[in-house]
Formats: sequence, C-alpha cells, structure tokens
Amino acid sequence: MKLELRGITKRFGSLVANDHIDLTVEPGEIHCLLGENGAGKSTLMNVLYGLYEPSEGEIVVDGTPRKFRTAGDAIDAGIGMVHQHFMLVPVFTVAENVMLGHEETRSLGWLDRRRARKKVLDLVDEYGLKVDPDMLVEDLPVGLQQRVEILKALVRDAKVLILDEPTAVLTPQETEELFRVMRALRASGHSIVFITHKLKEVKAVADRITVIRRGKVVGTADPASSEKELASLMVGRPVKLVVDKDRAQPGEVRLAIEDLTVLDGNGQAVVDRVDLRLREGEILGIAGVDGNGQSELTQAILGLRAPAAGKISLDGQDLAGRSPRQILNSGVGFVPEDRQHDGIVGDFTVAENLVLDMVTQAPFGRRGSINPGAVRDNARQRVEEFDIRTQTIESPAGTLSGGNQQKVVVARELSRPLRLFIASQPTRGVDVGAMEFIHKRIVAERDVGTPVIIVSTELDEVVALADRIAVMYRGRIVDIVPPTTSRGDLGLLMAGVIPSRDPAEPAPAAEPDATGTEPAAPTATNESDATPGEEDPA
Amino acid sequence: MADTVIAPDVEAPVNPTGEAADVVRAAARKKALITGIGFILVGLYALWAFGFGTKSGVDAVFGMTVPNRDTTEVGDLSLPARAVAIAMSVLCMVAGVLRIVLDRSRLAIRLSIALFLIAFVIAFLVWAVAGKQMSFAGALQNTLLAAVPLVLGALAGVIGERSGVVNIAIDGQFLFGAFAAALTGSITGSLWAGLAAGMVAGALIGGLLAVFAVRYLVEQVVLGVVINLLVTGITGFLYTQLLQKDPEGYNNPGVFENIRIPGLADIPVIGPVLFDVNIIVYLMYALIVIVHLGLFHTRWGLRARAVGEHPTAADTVGIKVNATRYRNVIMAGAIAGIGGAFLTIGTVGTFSKDMTSGAGYIALAAVIFGRWRPLGAVAAALLFGFTSALATSLQPLNTSIPSQFLQMMPYVVTIFAVAGLVGKVRAPAAANKPYTKG
Repeated sequence: MKLELRGITKRFGSLVANDHIDLTVEPGEIHCLLGENGAGKSTLMNVLYGLYEPSEGEIVVDGTPRKFRTAGDAIDAGIGMVHQHFMLVPVFTVAENVMLGHEETRSLGWLDRRRARKKVLDLVDEYGLKVDPDMLVEDLPVGLQQRVEILKALVRDAKVLILDEPTAVLTPQETEELFRVMRALRASGHSIVFITHKLKEVKAVADRITVIRRGKVVGTADPASSEKELASLMVGRPVKLVVDKDRAQPGEVRLAIEDLTVLDGNGQAVVDRVDLRLREGEILGIAGVDGNGQSELTQAILGLRAPAAGKISLDGQDLAGRSPRQILNSGVGFVPEDRQHDGIVGDFTVAENLVLDMVTQAPFGRRGSINPGAVRDNARQRVEEFDIRTQTIESPAGTLSGGNQQKVVVARELSRPLRLFIASQPTRGVDVGAMEFIHKRIVAERDVGTPVIIVSTELDEVVALADRIAVMYRGRIVDIVPPTTSRGDLGLLMAGVIPSRDPAEPAPAAEPDATGTEPAAPTATNESDATPGEEDPA
Repeated sequence: MADTVIAPDVEAPVNPTGEAADVVRAAARKKALITGIGFILVGLYALWAFGFGTKSGVDAVFGMTVPNRDTTEVGDLSLPARAVAIAMSVLCMVAGVLRIVLDRSRLAIRLSIALFLIAFVIAFLVWAVAGKQMSFAGALQNTLLAAVPLVLGALAGVIGERSGVVNIAIDGQFLFGAFAAALTGSITGSLWAGLAAGMVAGALIGGLLAVFAVRYLVEQVVLGVVINLLVTGITGFLYTQLLQKDPEGYNNPGVFENIRIPGLADIPVIGPVLFDVNIIVYLMYALIVIVHLGLFHTRWGLRARAVGEHPTAADTVGIKVNATRYRNVIMAGAIAGIGGAFLTIGTVGTFSKDMTSGAGYIALAAVIFGRWRPLGAVAAALLFGFTSALATSLQPLNTSIPSQFLQMMPYVVTIFAVAGLVGKVRAPAAANKPYTKG
C-alpha cells in the first residue's frame, strides 16, 4: 500500500503545527520521520490516524484521496498506529485488548474468546511477537505491552504501521528486538512510519528519512548520513552532541541512603533496599527504563513518600519525618519529572513561578506577605541569566514553550545555595538548544561542589552528564558503573542482568555522540531564521 | 530469534525478595493484626453484652413460616439464647484469630470476615429476641422487598460507572420512576403502562445526567446531587398540585399480582420468599443475570468497560466513547426507573412525597461495596436490605438498641468497605472523568 500526504496543514488557533507537509511512504519501506520534540511529528501522525482533522491538504491511499474523520476510518484504510503512550486497557487481557473495537462475536454480541485468542497466537507465530494472550496487560513489562499494540494493528490488517517514539520506554535490547520485528514486518510487505528524535536509531533501521522542523519538511536524508548531519538538519543549526565537562572532583559523602525501601499503595516494594552514597562535586546518574522506582526514590528523598524501611541522611542529618517544605528549605533543589503537574503552576506568572517554593523566605516573603518588588527583581535577573524566552515576566508560565517552562523550573531550583540538587528527566520534551543550556547549568552546579542526582530514562543524557551511573531495575540498584560502560552492558543492567565482565571484549564507550566534540556544519536546507535555543510551539 | 536478550524473557535476578519482601509482609501482617484484634475486641464486647447480657434458660424463637403466603407450615426455630449468644461471640473471636493466623490466602481472609459478620449478627439476634419471638422468614421477605430497588439501582450504578459516568442521580431516577409509574398506571389503568412509564422516566433522568456530564463536562457528583434535588422538587410540586387533589384518579395505580412458580415456591422458607413474587422481582432476577453476562461476556460490555477504563484507547480503535456513554447511562436510568416503579406499583400502590428516602444513595453504596461488579453489588444490596428488614422486625420487640442504629449499619459497613476491609477497592479508572479529544 502506498500512502501519500499532500500539503497537510494543521492549525490550532493561530498556531501552525503542520505547515504544508508532503510525505510519501512506499510499500515495504521503513520511513523515518525525524524531528525534535514539538516539531509537529505527532500532530501529523494524529492527522493521518483520523484523530485530528487537517485544516488543509489531503491523504492519498494507493492513488485515491481519503478522508479520515475517526480512527476507525484510518483503520479501515489499512493504517495502524502504535502510540507513544500505549492505548491499552490495563485491566484487560492481551486478547481482550487486541480484539477491542474489532470483536469476534457469536450471536447477541457474545464474545468468542477462543477465536480471539487463536488470532493472537497466529500473529504471534507469524511475526515472532511472543506474548501470552491471557495475561493482564497491567502485568506485562512495557516491551511486551508494545507488542500488544503492534498486534492490535496487525489484527486489523494494517498495511502501514505508524510507530510514535516507540523506543522511548525500551531498553537497548528491547529496542533491538523491536527493530527485528520491524524488519520482519517490512519483509512481509508492510510499510512502517517510524517517528523518533534519536539519531542512532534512525541510522540503524531507516530506508528513507524525512526531517521535520517547526511543522515543515526541511529535507530528506539518506540513512548513510552522519549523525552530525542529521542533527543539524533536525535542529537547524550546528549542534554539539556532548556536554563539556571536566573530571569530577568528588569530595566528602554528603547524601547517604541506606537500605531504603518504599512501598506503593498495593504494598509492593517499588524501591527495594537501595544503598547510595553521593559525594560533593559529583553527578550521579540514575538510569533505567521508566517506572523502575526512580520516581519513588526521588520522592522519598524529598519527603514526598514515607519510606517503609531504611534511612536517608544529608550531611549527617537524618531526613526521616521531615516535611517536603523543611527538606527544600534545608537546601535541596528539585526538578520534578513532570513539570506541568509538579514543576510550575501554569496560571501563575513567570515571576511567581520563579519563587514558588521560596515565598516564605526573605527577601520574597515576610510575616505572611509577599514583597512584589523582590519577586520582580528576581524574575528579571533569572530570565536574563537563564535565557528564558517569555514576553514579559508577568506572562502566565503555562503559555511558555516546554523548554522555557523547564528553564523556569531549573532557574528557580538553582537560584539559591544548595546542599543537594536532584533533577528528574531534566530535559524531557525540551528542544536541543534548551537542553544544551540546562546541561551546562547542571555541570556548573556540580563544579561549585553541590552533589547532583540526575534521573533520566534517556541513556544518552545519563552517559553524557553522569560521573557515575546507578542502574535501577524493579526498585533495585542493579549496579553502579562508570559512564564509560558500554551501551550493551548498560542495556543488560537496565533489564536487571549483570553482564559478565569480560576483559577481552573492548568497551565500545567511544560512541560518536558520547565523546566527539566537534560542532557540525549547517546543511543546505537550513533556514536562515533559525534562532538557537528557540523552539517550535506545539 | 534474539529472544534470549529481551528483558521480559530474562529471569530477573533482582526480584524483590528477602528483606524487601519482609517489609511487604510486615505491612500485610500489620493490617491482619489490626483487623484481627478488632474482631476479637468486638467479639469480647458481644460476649459481655449479648452472651452474659442474656438471661439463662430463655429461648429465642424464630418464626420460619412466611407470612401471608399459602405455604406449608414450617416449625419455629427455638434457640437457647444465652448459650448460642456465647458460642457466637466466641466464634467472632475465633474469626479474629483466624484473620491473624491465616493472613496469606485471600480466600481465608474473606472467609474469616464472613464468619465474623454472620456470628456477630446471630449473637445479636438471639440476644435481641431472647424470651420473645421474631418472624425470621418475614424478615427474609422484607429483605427482598427492601433489596429490589437497591439491586436495580446498584445495577444502574454499575453500568454507569463502568462506562465512566458516576450516577449519583439514581435516587432521582427512583423517585421520578416511582412517580411516573403511579401516575401513568392510575390514568391508563394499566400497570404495564405504569412500568413502561417508570422506565422512560428513569431513562429521561439518565439522559439529563448524560447530556450534562458527557456533553457539557459538568462535575458528575455535583450534577447528580442537583438532579436529585430537581426531581424532588418537581415530583413534590406535582404531588401536591395533582396527585393529592384527586388521589383516586391520579394516585391509585394498584399493585402487580404475585406470580407463584410451582415447584420452586415449595422449597421451605426460601421458596415462597423468592418465587412467589411479582413480575418486577422476576424482571430483576433476569436483569442481574443479563447485566453480569453482558458486562463480562459480550461486545457491549467489553466496549463499555474500555470506555470507563481508558477512553482514549477505546477511541483509537474506533469506539465512539461519548455515544457509548450516552447509551449506557440512559439504559442504566431505565433500569433504575424499574426500581422506582417497584416502590409504587410493586409494593405500596401509591406515590408519596420523597418516598425513596435516600434509597438511591444506598444503592450507590452497594456499587462501591460490591466493587463495581454486578453480582457484588447485588450481594451488597441484599445485605443492606437485610439490615433494614431487621430494623423493621426488631422494632416491636423493644430492644435496648434503637432501630435507627440498625438502619445506620449499611453506611457504617460501606465506610469500612471503602476503607479497604474487603480488600483493594478499585474504581473504573475513567469514572467521573469526561472525555474530550486531543
């Protein structure tokens, strides 16, 4: 099946998320859609999948223009989608999820579970997508949940599969496995649209690459292009793919976590006997697939979750029983993983957000009242220092782009003397410009001697920033390794497997984006108006 | 195939075992200990109040013949009150000990809770009835009568919440159904027309709820309460202006005749209670089965539950989320409307102002106590019906416990249920969350 998008434009009010996008997907190819967060990739795919109606343009399937009003129309046309956030009902079994909306029934709508099960098993055999049809989806690891999503598309006879950032939640090994499945699908005549911002993966699997920036197609590229070329095409200017930093000068142990165990609401251990020591002037990276206890660990340190057992002490003082406010006031800076929910108050102004957790302290607050002059002065200073792109300091923080919202959070947390700095997913959904800046500030904080914890599911980020990497799996620290550890070994650790230390095997830590420092040259399709550090609204 | 290196297929070497498992166990043990000690303390109280509080040598007599039904006589059950009360109080304590000792298996936990509840109720009953007589079969009969609207309302609640709409308006659906059934039944002279009108009235209120909850995204709990107040007002007004002025013409629909099923109705005690009842009760039996099977074994149920758990997922596979919610909430309203009709044309035969007296809220409690499952909700509704029947039966015996305390029991039980006594209670994930695209 050949799929063409012709001049697709999608506007949200005055915002143009997709601007006259043309894209052709040939049968039996893996077509990569490369672009930064917020470039408009997901919007485009939601248009294609009938979730949004395009403002202009048409979708052509095998030469006939089609209109997709609902996801059902797209499914009927042979398009299947694996969403970034899985569209699975957690309390249903695999077979129930696969058949939902497409049920096998006998008379009176009675579900034919046996036939649904058999269909799943047939597809499992055909494409090597091993999964048990009777398991509840909530009990499956994410890698298998993704297979269920792919099965859902295949059972509906999808000829074109859209995979939206499918590797974001996978370990490197699971990613390899996904690529294997993708190649098997291509071999059987399916086409795949693979949406990503990860250059390595594009090179590994793509037949053709289309690069999108600010809602426009800015060029196509060959998978043989270097990562630098792809990166500058994607960002629109030369990009540095690494973080400049000197060797860490670790000092004394400042944060000591002993035997920490945290239970979730069901009484399951989500943090499981974690032991960590953090020295001043070092960055400890916590790597792991999302949902392996990283969030709960940081929440426990912040006092947001009571540990069931174990001890956390900062500079020798036990933090047990202290409220989050006391812990913050004692000099802990925290960048939460979900900035929309926990990082900023969207309706408050930028200036207010910049003092959110400091309003009780001088100079911003005194005896229950707020000193607006000090708040404004502080805001002007931070906006300048952190290059926060906002119209005024009185604009609601929610109107800022994701990268600038994140800068507000980072600026607030780094604007006071710290004894500990914790950043969860510091650059999630942030453009490359803001990412470089945030990374630089984190390293600068380390260099003044603050102990830093970075939690990130992006392995590249952890490797680039951390002086030591602790890998978490199912609530446990599997191992603490140096950042020169090979990606293969890190991947195994993220899956809970301790790799055998084989000295004969060279550690391939010298990945281009981990060590190369030379800036890339801008390419021909570069737009002249591209400003560094600014990002697309989306 | 590279399956050997994928995480899920690798036997994870660092599963929570050892100390962390100990922490998990310790939390479970603590809960078992608290509950178990609670049971034992209540058992001790029962021993003191009911066991030693009963004079020795006195019998508690329970009538086992269903009143007003032509059935074979069943002899009365006469129990030595003090001995039985003491034995049952001890059983309460045994249940507590079992709860502490057998804290590993789910089944054992549930059995110990059931044992505790049953033993406590019996201990209480023999104490209350000691030296007197109570018609136990009559209490069972009242249980069913009280439970019919609760069951139908709870089914309506289950369907609504499973589809993602919290149906606080059950009480309004009852009241409007009861009103419409009485009025239509009186005017047309046909009870069947009254029943149909009750269903339509319930469906109308369901539709009203759906429009505001689904289309206008109004907070569903507040909305439901407001709708209930609206219905109270409307029916109250029409009652004084219309029904009260000409009760013969507008408020005299009559009552459905009982239908006796030969064979089944001859089973002692239970038979006449369950199988010598009117058509609405048989309709309720059928609806229990239909809703249960429908929800868990048909396309309709699968889609309804998908819409209530993860509407976006349902949307992406081409299910019309809001249309599904509309349909199910209106259908649920019709079922609650039957429950309302039962209040007038199924039992008393006339409508009176505010006659539901909050039954819709008890039905809602049954939904939660029954953990959003049709059969669980039915069991909860029966339990609530039983407590209310007991309150009625014990009133003439002049026990030292006011009957209001008994009538309070359903709510107390629900609070304990929601607090986790019956295990983890998990509402449908998208209940009370309106769905908007994008």
